[in-house]
Amino acid sequence: MTQKNRLQGGLIDRGQSYTFRFDGKKMTGHAGDTLASALLANGVRLMGRSFKYHRPRGPLTAGSEEPNAIVELREGARQEPNTRATTAELFDGLVAKSQNRWPSLAFDALSVNDRLSSFFAAGFYYKTFMWPAAFWEKLYEPMIRRAAGLGSLSLQNDPDSYDKGFLHCDLLITGAGPSGLAAALTAGESGLQVILADEDFVIGGRLNAETFSLGDSLGSDWAAQTVARLRSMPNVRVMPRTTVLGAFDHGIYGAVERVSDHLAVPEADKPRQILWRIYSKRSLLTAGALERPIAFENNDRPGIMLASAMRAYANRWAATPAQRVAIFTNNDDGHRTAADLHAKGVKIAAVIDTRPGQPISIDYEILHGEIIDTAGRLGLRRITVRLASGETREIECGALGVSGGWNPNVSLTCHQRSRPAWDENIAAFIPGGDLPSGMTVAGAARGVFSTHGALTDGAEAAARIAADLGQTATKPELPKAEDAPIQITPFWHVKDAKRAWVDQQNDVTAKDVKLAHQENFVSVEHLKRYTTLGMATDQGKTSNMAGLAIMAEIAGKSIPEVGTTMYRPPYTPAAMGVLAGRSRGKDFRPVRKTPSHVWAEEQGAVFVEVGNWLRAQWFPRKGETTWRESVDREVLQTRKSVGICDVTTLGKIDVQGTDAAAFLNRIYCNGFAKLAVGRTRYGLMLREDGIAMDDGTAARLADDHFVVTTTTANAVSVYRHMEFVRQCLFPDMDVQLISTTEAWAQFSVAGPNARKLLQKVVDAEFDISNEGFPFMACGEITVCGGLRARLFRISFSGELAYEIAVPTRYGDALIRRLMREGQEFDVVAYGTEALGVMRIEKGHAAGNELNGTTTALNLGMGRMVSQAKDSIGTVLSRREGLNDADALKLVGFKPVDPSKKVPAGAHLMTIGDPVNAAHDQGYVTSACYSPNLGHHIAIGYLKSGDQRLGEVVRLISPLTGFDHEVEVVSAHFVDPEGERLRA
Amino acid sequence: MIINHPLLGPRDAAEFVYKGDAALIHRPDGMAPDALESFIEYGYLRDNPAGEHRELWFHEQGDRSWLVVSRNTLTHEITSVELARDVARREGRSK
Repeated sequence: MTQKNRLQGGLIDRGQSYTFRFDGKKMTGHAGDTLASALLANGVRLMGRSFKYHRPRGPLTAGSEEPNAIVELREGARQEPNTRATTAELFDGLVAKSQNRWPSLAFDALSVNDRLSSFFAAGFYYKTFMWPAAFWEKLYEPMIRRAAGLGSLSLQNDPDSYDKGFLHCDLLITGAGPSGLAAALTAGESGLQVILADEDFVIGGRLNAETFSLGDSLGSDWAAQTVARLRSMPNVRVMPRTTVLGAFDHGIYGAVERVSDHLAVPEADKPRQILWRIYSKRSLLTAGALERPIAFENNDRPGIMLASAMRAYANRWAATPAQRVAIFTNNDDGHRTAADLHAKGVKIAAVIDTRPGQPISIDYEILHGEIIDTAGRLGLRRITVRLASGETREIECGALGVSGGWNPNVSLTCHQRSRPAWDENIAAFIPGGDLPSGMTVAGAARGVFSTHGALTDGAEAAARIAADLGQTATKPELPKAEDAPIQITPFWHVKDAKRAWVDQQNDVTAKDVKLAHQENFVSVEHLKRYTTLGMATDQGKTSNMAGLAIMAEIAGKSIPEVGTTMYRPPYTPAAMGVLAGRSRGKDFRPVRKTPSHVWAEEQGAVFVEVGNWLRAQWFPRKGETTWRESVDREVLQTRKSVGICDVTTLGKIDVQGTDAAAFLNRIYCNGFAKLAVGRTRYGLMLREDGIAMDDGTAARLADDHFVVTTTTANAVSVYRHMEFVRQCLFPDMDVQLISTTEAWAQFSVAGPNARKLLQKVVDAEFDISNEGFPFMACGEITVCGGLRARLFRISFSGELAYEIAVPTRYGDALIRRLMREGQEFDVVAYGTEALGVMRIEKGHAAGNELNGTTTALNLGMGRMVSQAKDSIGTVLSRREGLNDADALKLVGFKPVDPSKKVPAGAHLMTIGDPVNAAHDQGYVTSACYSPNLGHHIAIGYLKSGDQRLGEVVRLISPLTGFDHEVEVVSAHFVDPEGERLRA
Repeated sequence: MIINHPLLGPRDAAEFVYKGDAALIHRPDGMAPDALESFIEYGYLRDNPAGEHRELWFHEQGDRSWLVVSRNTLTHEITSVELARDVARREGRSK
């Protein structure tokens, strides 16, 4: 294909030709082209099918507000659906496919929807798919989903990387057209730290799309010179290809920089896009204005576009949608397009102006009238004009430029709930009051439309901001520019059209708006949701205004009376990848490794995620084929001789100060004031509402020094809670807290030979005999010839057990030493599974039991809650509802048929009772196979469980079909008298 | 949002953890005869104003200070930030 619609001039680099494919067809474009401009130059007007009716569509705009020319860009894993051809920069080898059509763009089977359009009017889904209800999930929804929707995903992993970054500045300028550039010059020369962001890849905004001059140079040349000047200022950062997506609280902005989207593949080690969080003292919105279309019969044919877009394609990209074009306008701007295209040698078939009395042109015909229909199935061929005289004329043309006036681009002003205000002079909404904090708007974005006006408005706004921030403003010399007044007579739609498209992306017609009103959707917010006007990916940038105007007309109200909807972030769609940044896959969150991790890896350990931690789950040995074999061995050997487990992940909080004991007395529901130095105590923390929060131990190392342990899962939240109690509730207590979880490597050494093993590493001057260091003792000791350590005689397994802590950097050395010294006892390392089995065998509560719904009473620790002191949660634990006579109690269960498993999560029912929620008796929280007992066991909560020992109940899991009998037993399956741990 | 920490200056709200109404500072006396009623009030009955709200934020990824932040819930405007400890002392809390 040749570039048959390529014109002379433009800002493209003809020396650099790129080959690309659209729907398999090979074409050529140039550096500086967008996909849309290159397609138009190649004579392609049809670029996609509409969302609902599958109508053939071409580009309406030349920018990011595009509703129609939406394509699938690239192939394979980089395939990106719903990409606007109007902003996609052309590169060599680009591959694009049209969307929402089958089997081909020119012949689309589902365009039958268009013939049936009378059935698909606004509210169609709500009215049609109501009944029967069961059909929705199985039939209607899948059917609608298949028919609708635009592009498709590759379903492969995104091969590119995305970054996040933070920027700080005095002034963020959004939009680099004439007002933005003048503002950046002023602010830059005044010494402010400036960021100038623009979504385009060439800076200059409309200056690049117009032919008029600024001073002695072309607008585009002036823009290029100004950018060069700005880039030479060290305090100005110019960011092209950067879209400011949202205005957030306190001067924070989100922006996406498309670092590599103009390349086939990102350069090595470069991200595809960067999500910037910009902290600004002030911001200036100079986002310009967007032209709006006029609704008339069949105004959506490929070739019909905004007049400003047609002019931009011709002037910037040297491309025209056709060699013979017409213009339809209600303002002077449309005439500019006619003049510019005529100058480029494009034949102007006619200019149709809705206003009477337009001056005659010697170059082309100017008519007073309106367009009442168009023809051309896959591209515009002809328009039908009704002249003011009543006469009808048919005009042959391949493209039509439409200008309905300009809307200030107020999107970002709305992001903090400011509503735009109506300006009668320009018949458009301008920024309202209560703008996002620190934001000023200048230039066309606030309705100052002439180039001269934009330049001076931008410069003056920046000067005021500079002065506001204490800088002496230097006003740069600005070039002379056009200063045409605005001549517009509002004209929104041609009356009595059957299908005049208002929102082209969501296929909403003027008639749909009327229907919504008829059905009493009179609020503008309801209109939007009922018709879906403005709810597509373009957020109705080109359609909202006409929808409102038509609604106002029907309601007999003025536009400001009807009001307007607001825009929300993001300004344009953003890839999920850039929002995630590097936080994906294994980098989704940080991984914490225990001090024995490397050693455990060497042993071939299987790891499990516990919060951010990776913990050894079990240590398989040669010949073991199932996890159970390994776990059973670890449990049996620990109970028989000695086992070692890394318990570093448990939270450790250092509590110091003269009020440390008094503080812990507040934190724990049980008493701590009288705990002797050198002793450890189990403690239960309640939430203020009386529910159990966490449990652990507190070891008193000195009068004013405790070490508190928390569960792994709650290490962070317990610390936060303790700081709250310290700072907010008891601010005068002399107590200091610090988390030392990462500072100490801690190992549990458990089993009958635990003491013998430890005696081999604990330095001789420390007596750890049963008499010298009894159950629940604690102390600071040294090991391995002088290394400081802490020893706690506490037991989770129920065995004679210790926890020994050394500074973290010695953790690896200590596990290796203990395993070596333990060889004579056949020491085993055990993981979290064996740990779990042993604590269930012992009936110790853990996270499954402290599940956020249970109390001390449920846990069988009701009497532990001291009523003699005011600790957190004590009062509300007395609430009636938490103290029912048949309250849940923690008990044990064993299957009546010893071959049966006991699943955790299953519910308990009294034999003979109906199986329903009303008769629920409780549930199993933890279950395992006990290698010591030779069958499965479980613990869980049963109503009045402590009084039902020996009873047989049903354990039921309707989800899995499990239904077996279990016997209620004590939760202490192993060593109920606690002789082992005191040995 | 940006919270102007009294010791560390302006910090991004993402560094903080939110708790709730600063009225939580006024924990009733658990040993008083009407403790149950006053704790129910303390734990469950709080104002939910549209506008100025004093609330507790914890600088978890910072210096671990609890702060009392006065924030307008409609506009997110922050009018004052104080160390909760100072507020608690001023409002009569001690040991």
